Amino acid sequence: MQGFWAPRRIVMAAIAAGIVVWCVLALNWTWLADPKYQGLILQGIWTTIWILVVTMVLGMLLAIPLGLAQAAGPWWLAMPAAGFCGLIRGTPLLLQLWLLYYGLGSLFPSIPWIRQSDLWPILRQAWPYAVLALSLSVAGYEGEVMRGAFKGVPHGQLEAAKAMGMPRFTIFRRIWLPQALRRVLPTLGGETVLQMKATPLVATITVIDIYAVSSRIRQDTFVVYEPLLLLAVVYMAIAGVIVLLFRWLENRVPQKTA
Amino acid sequence: MSGLELLAWEAPGWGAALAAGLLKSVLIALGAFSLGLLIGIGGAYGKLYGGPVTRDLLAVYTTIVRAVPELILILILYFAFTSSINNLLLAWGFERIQISGFVAGIAVLGVVQGAYATEVLRGAILSVPAGQIEAARAMGMPPLMLAWRVTFPQMLAAAIPGLANLWLIATKDTALLAVVGYAELTLVTRQAASTTKAFFTFFMAAGLLYLCISILSTLIFGRIEAWARRGQVRQEGR
Amino acid sequence: MKFKALLAAVLLASPVAAQEVKIGIAAEAYPPFASPDASGNWVGWEIDFINAMCAAAEMQCVITPVAWDGIIPSLTSGQIDVIMASMSITEERMQTIDFSDKYYNTPTVIIGTKGVDMAPTPEGLAGKIIGVQASTVHADYVEKYFAPTAAEVKIYQTQDEANSDLAAGRIDAIQADSIAMDAFLASEAGAACCDLKGAVADDPAILGLGVGAGVRKGEEDLKAKINAGIAKVIADGTYDTITAKYFASSIYGG
Repeated sequence: MQGFWAPRRIVMAAIAAGIVVWCVLALNWTWLADPKYQGLILQGIWTTIWILVVTMVLGMLLAIPLGLAQAAGPWWLAMPAAGFCGLIRGTPLLLQLWLLYYGLGSLFPSIPWIRQSDLWPILRQAWPYAVLALSLSVAGYEGEVMRGAFKGVPHGQLEAAKAMGMPRFTIFRRIWLPQALRRVLPTLGGETVLQMKATPLVATITVIDIYAVSSRIRQDTFVVYEPLLLLAVVYMAIAGVIVLLFRWLENRVPQKTA
Repeated sequence: MSGLELLAWEAPGWGAALAAGLLKSVLIALGAFSLGLLIGIGGAYGKLYGGPVTRDLLAVYTTIVRAVPELILILILYFAFTSSINNLLLAWGFERIQISGFVAGIAVLGVVQGAYATEVLRGAILSVPAGQIEAARAMGMPPLMLAWRVTFPQMLAAAIPGLANLWLIATKDTALLAVVGYAELTLVTRQAASTTKAFFTFFMAAGLLYLCISILSTLIFGRIEAWARRGQVRQEGR
Repeated sequence: MKFKALLAAVLLASPVAAQEVKIGIAAEAYPPFASPDASGNWVGWEIDFINAMCAAAEMQCVITPVAWDGIIPSLTSGQIDVIMASMSITEERMQTIDFSDKYYNTPTVIIGTKGVDMAPTPEGLAGKIIGVQASTVHADYVEKYFAPTAAEVKIYQTQDEANSDLAAGRIDAIQADSIAMDAFLASEAGAACCDLKGAVADDPAILGLGVGAGVRKGEEDLKAKINAGIAKVIADGTYDTITAKYFASSIYGG
């Protein structure tokens, strides 16, 4: 931290503080005092966070087999896995989301029994589609990353383990996977921030995340920019927490550099 | 109407409308990518060789853009950008001007792309051996000629994979302009889908179009990378 | 010489002071008032009305689609000059923008899944999932009257998305403008799934005083021009001709 507070930094910080003070004083923040909106904002932030965490975890769980199939699988596994990753990475997430929610929804009227099925309480809500689309998106992008990571593990180690008579699954669990994961760990923080930046799209299919809450406030109060500024601050704060969390995690994982 | 009739070129098919949307998406992506590249070159040089204040300001710019969702940046810039330009014009006694969705879209996505391009190009410039740049300087080569003859040709190979990725992001980010009502491919698709109720057909068709752009771009960038790497020693893996 | 003459002709032919007026409509389909057709042209009652009004007021209008939920910011930030997107004149909106005289006014109704009994009252809709379009008077009305007893209120960016979710069975009822709902119920998907449950009790403070054209505050000249245009279109019978093209009865309302 030495040298951080150089004179120019103090001037810049003062300017930044000035902008913040101006924003607080000159702009209209009265809506923030409304307890109704306070509750909605907290709920919205919570929804954003849990969608982010759940989809990252589910996506990574899917990405591991996708990466493995591409890195070491037979062609009839590698081809579909590569195709899936290309498909997800080649089309906008917004379109995938609408295809899943409205596209599938438009098929429901022609299958009347679906409303009697046990799955209906889930199918009729919006969040399952959001979770599915966002998880598949993580799986597509991270599947590609995992492919590289699996390939990057030195071959000698795997051969050595095989020569020692280690069963294949044990090799995977104890040698291959941990090293591949360690390789992706430094990029994972950045990928999580990217995923966070994708979450507001779920508001377009009626999931009420923090973005939807801010749209609601904008529409109720006709205040245009202030809710957007709050939104930017909230996302920056979440991004900051993600970066710090992954930095901490990275420091905890012992790393031996040769 | 069946699925294929809906996609027919002539009205009542929506083929021509989708193609027009696709064209707008590609043009906006091209514009935003070029603008992003310009900002990125300036930003990368600023970050590497600029004064301390320039460097700090650029750090603030790239950090904010990379931490805030594009959707929100688009909304803030789309409305704030146009309204502040108009307020300025009115204050100076000019007439209000209309900023088309096309220009605003390019400006907004270009600013977003610029932040990422700055990082990509900074890394690429760093990959050029410092000795060569120092040698060129020692020979008294002017900065622009140095950039053109020494830095650019060599950083290109390192920059292209990152730039290819950015281009793909640019094409996909144009879909976000649907949310501010600009009739690019995704919004046209949504309009067609809700007018005809054939949600599945149209979303699939649009997905296919985006996929074609992505595959085509990957092929083209692969060629460019091979060309940029000509004369380099082939390196194995990573 | 020829060139000079040509130049003069071009210069004279170009309109001297004909300012283009950008009329903002919602970029999402809202049939039968405004929806895009396959060749990318916007069609519907409101589009015809806009054209007639502009002709009557001698304005050069350009129809400019913008996102519905950003349409007021688009007006205030200067991307459009007028909003004519079936926007109801309400007290709340009047704090931000000005309105012309109304050009149509229709009742507000509830439609819902066929065969399910529901009255358009807070009791009748208790425990139901209700869908509305974002930033509409209906969203405000549902929030005030039905939200306390309803199971859930879902907010859609476009009316069409709410309609398709009703057809899909994801929601039980929709509150919206009666004419837009008539059009939906007449469609294949609407006829199969849903029927009219009735009009909601009026609350002019929320539901407004009919649909008007929105302009930026202080632009009195433009507002006066639009009002004159509307009055002229109604007086010379164009209004009724356009209405007859789309509807069985007048939609001007009381």
